[in-house]
Amino acid sequence: MQQRVLTWFLRAYIGVIFLFVFTPIAFSVVFSFNSQRFPTIPLGEFSTQWYDTILADHDVWQAALTSIVVAVSASAIATLLGFCTAYSDYRYSFRFKGAYLALILLPPTIPLIIMALAMLAWFSKIGASGQVWSIIIAHSVLTAPFAMAIIRLRLNQMDENLEAAAWNLGASEWSAMRHVVVPFCKPAIVSAACLCAAVSFDEFAIAWFVSGLNKTVPVFILEIVTGNIDPRVNAIGTFVFMTSMALVVAAQIFFSTKQLRKPAGEAG
Amino acid sequence: MSEPLLVFDKVVKRFGDFTAVKQMDLNIGKGEFVAIMGPSGCGKTTTLRMLAGLEQPTQGEIRLDGRVMNDVKPHERDTPMVWQSLALFPFLSVRENVEFGLKMRGFDAAARRDKALQWLDRLGMSEFVGRDIATLSGGQKQRVALARSLVTEPQILLLDEPLSALDAHLVIRMQSVLTNLQRELGITFVYVTHSQSEAFAMADRVVIMSQGEVAQVGEPKDIYREPANRFVAEFVGRNNIISGKVISVAEGKATIASQSGDFSVTAPAACLPKAGSKATFVISADLVKLSMTRPKTGNMVPVTLISEEFIGSVVTLFLESQDGQEFKVQVQERELSTLDLKSNETLYLSWPASSAHLLTGT
Repeated sequence: MQQRVLTWFLRAYIGVIFLFVFTPIAFSVVFSFNSQRFPTIPLGEFSTQWYDTILADHDVWQAALTSIVVAVSASAIATLLGFCTAYSDYRYSFRFKGAYLALILLPPTIPLIIMALAMLAWFSKIGASGQVWSIIIAHSVLTAPFAMAIIRLRLNQMDENLEAAAWNLGASEWSAMRHVVVPFCKPAIVSAACLCAAVSFDEFAIAWFVSGLNKTVPVFILEIVTGNIDPRVNAIGTFVFMTSMALVVAAQIFFSTKQLRKPAGEAG
Repeated sequence: MSEPLLVFDKVVKRFGDFTAVKQMDLNIGKGEFVAIMGPSGCGKTTTLRMLAGLEQPTQGEIRLDGRVMNDVKPHERDTPMVWQSLALFPFLSVRENVEFGLKMRGFDAAARRDKALQWLDRLGMSEFVGRDIATLSGGQKQRVALARSLVTEPQILLLDEPLSALDAHLVIRMQSVLTNLQRELGITFVYVTHSQSEAFAMADRVVIMSQGEVAQVGEPKDIYREPANRFVAEFVGRNNIISGKVISVAEGKATIASQSGDFSVTAPAACLPKAGSKATFVISADLVKLSMTRPKTGNMVPVTLISEEFIGSVVTLFLESQDGQEFKVQVQERELSTLDLKSNETLYLSWPASSAHLLTGT
């Protein structure tokens, strides 16, 4: 009896959390299809006019393009960096390895605003601020630790003899990397790339500081909402939310389905 | 005068302060099945890893087919290994796993496929060619691992406790698969194990290692009947080891006074110890005779029964002499049922002097 009450309580608790997180987003989605200019209840008619407006808006397309270029490039760089650091941790032991790992995992622990300011200061110092690639660099730094954490989990599941088995069968270290280590980590690599892209796509503070004229979508949204209430925000917001969710869900699917399989070599 | 296929020439391997292999000298011939056996940490796996190039000897030389192998990278040698964990590639199919070695050596796709199928067929795995590794049973994985290692047709195959993860009945099956394969192919197998039954059942020669040193090399029956030293005698098990002082030596026979009594042991003249020196001999548990009445002559010890261990048709009895020395005796179960053993009764152990084996080493 007590057990059942507890179970129901916990379920209700989870329900409330989801409600708390998703209600604002749900409202944003609902109002994006509302014909009225102001978000009020009762709702007006169903309408796709805000979507028509943003699709016709050159600035929106420009911001979306910048965001996509940044997200794709940053996620590629971050995943590569993440893989290299995870592999160096897996394969080698050296002095100050703890410090090395702590340093790599540091960026997400720094408040974004401080990181953004520091990035801006540094980029202006070396004359590299306001470029698309300055956002790419900043986002790579920010997301690489996530990629490293995911790939490291996968590497830890690898039979320690798997790489040696490849050498033993005539693979040089590079071939073994290409034909064994990377394929083994592939689910984690794809998953890490999706997650890094999602983080970069959503990230506002750093992008706002270092983007200059190359606005990403979140920066563009802020510019719309400062000063006036514009229902276009709901339409753009829905689009951003869907993109990020799709990436996160893809990351989850890639990571978990392959993860469930046992590594080879266990007695069956 | 050609050298054996594989030569360990004064090989030493150190890891920091720890010496894993000390001054190893060992020759292994072409087509030989050699088992390296010892307790964990004796250096047997390190020895195998040096052969595969995964470790470099600190001193000395390893020569394979006359070539010094010390600095040859693992991927530049043809010394495939069957791993204890099997280390199959989980993201590749059965066929792709077997093809791996050929792919790395630049064979074209058609040749790889043909060879892989041929080897999988030979190991009775042809119906599993397209399967995922994860869907195979332990015995099937084992066969894939063998096919993967043999597909490049090497001169030598290294096996690192390959059967340790299998069920007992599968172990026996795989043992016959391995011995048949080795005879048919005529290549050298170097087989590392801690299991005496595997080593003795398959190997032409057994190398017993202890704390980084070779304790004895020989045919299984020699190691079993004539252990070179106390370590080997204890390791191969079921031996009664008795130490004492030599009181007389005559006519190929030494008489040794131990706490449990005086015993005579035969030995070749060259091996006989001097009178007055210390000596140790072993008497295998299955060569000891157990009787209820006191034998008239020969080596004899009165004992009492402590416990018994029953494994199938053979029973091992643990007995104790008056001075506290433990003795082991192996008897057939049906033989035992004709004796009426009680725990406090005095029993008699006896054996002919020629059954005992004098240890030459320490």
